Amino acid sequence: MYRGQSGMWLWILHRLTGVGILGFLFLHIADTYLVGFGAEYFNELLFLYKNPPFRVLEWFLVGAVLFHGFNGIRVIVMDFWDKAVDNHKLLVQITIIAFFVVWLPSGYFMLKPVFFH
Amino acid sequence: MATQVTLKILRYDPEKDKKAHFETYEVEADPLDRILDVLNTVKWYKDGSLTYRRSCAHGVCGSDAMRINGRNRLACKVLVRDVGGDTGKKIQIEPMLGFKILRDLVVDMDPFFEKYKSIKPYLINYEDAPASSERLQSAEDREIFDETTKCILCGACSGSCPPYWSNQDFIGPAAIVNAHRFIFDSRDQGSDERLAILGQGEGVFRCRTVYNCTDACPRDIPVTKAIEQIRRAMLYNR
Ligand code: SF4
Ligand code: FES
Repeated sequence: MYRGQSGMWLWILHRLTGVGILGFLFLHIADTYLVGFGAEYFNELLFLYKNPPFRVLEWFLVGAVLFHGFNGIRVIVMDFWDKAVDNHKLLVQITIIAFFVVWLPSGYFMLKPVFFH
Repeated sequence: MATQVTLKILRYDPEKDKKAHFETYEVEADPLDRILDVLNTVKWYKDGSLTYRRSCAHGVCGSDAMRINGRNRLACKVLVRDVGGDTGKKIQIEPMLGFKILRDLVVDMDPFFEKYKSIKPYLINYEDAPASSERLQSAEDREIFDETTKCILCGACSGSCPPYWSNQDFIGPAAIVNAHRFIFDSRDQGSDERLAILGQGEGVFRCRTVYNCTDACPRDIPVTKAIEQIRRAMLYNR
């Protein structure tokens, strides 16, 4: 085990969220493919997206996309700007804060209709 | 004031052991002792078979990079109190990751030095030196690569780098740092050759800006920054 920098954990999360998003993409390709067999099949499957646990998972998917995006911006900024590399820690903090500032409210809007209707 | 310190050291003897295993030692040490001193105490008074590299004992030679409490450090630059050894915390010592363990804390540095040599770590200049026999350089030009002249080739950066662990062929941060030292030297004419080597698949673009190397470097070299500067030199020079 190596007790890495914050950058190492963000890098691992970046990979995991990347793979997670890819996984969802496949699921999504599979479900839209069902349309080809007729609308009933597709509509049948939509129950999946409507039930509460799946909604929560969707919220995590949004989280994965947001994290991957914000962290991606951080990495790109580091690639192009020396000062960003110097202020690595600050940049990590900004990334994490920006992520939560967007992700938590998104949870409110996404989960409210499911749990309080 | 001497206190009791507990060390947990990863041991491996290729002639006896199939796998590396931890062994624990209790020794007396001062909070201001260095980890190297504590290792010496173990070797000299407890178990003479413990094997590790060390030479200068003053952070100059770069022989004693190892994992101390999970992070690459020079044993001669970390004090017992830096890692809480005087407050009863166990100090865990392991060889660096990303290298083959030869014995105990000694790892095989040969591939590391091969990679170092591959970036031509020497001044390349195809013109004769001026009659004064000195190639002059302004203070400003010298400043550009000042940080990367400080490398002692300890390997702490490469051994802390996830892409280096998982990819044997990755040239690694240490070699890149030493390429940086010449690429940005106004007296050097070998930049193109080095950039060509580092621009290949196993060169600078394997870096994932994980930043472990910058944290690990005992010489406080901004390793990640040096890598980024080389990448940009490639990007903008085209
Ligand atoms: S850059 Fe720093 S950590 Fe890497 S080999 Fe040189 S001195 Fe050691
Ligand atoms: S023994 Fe030389 S650097 Fe530690």
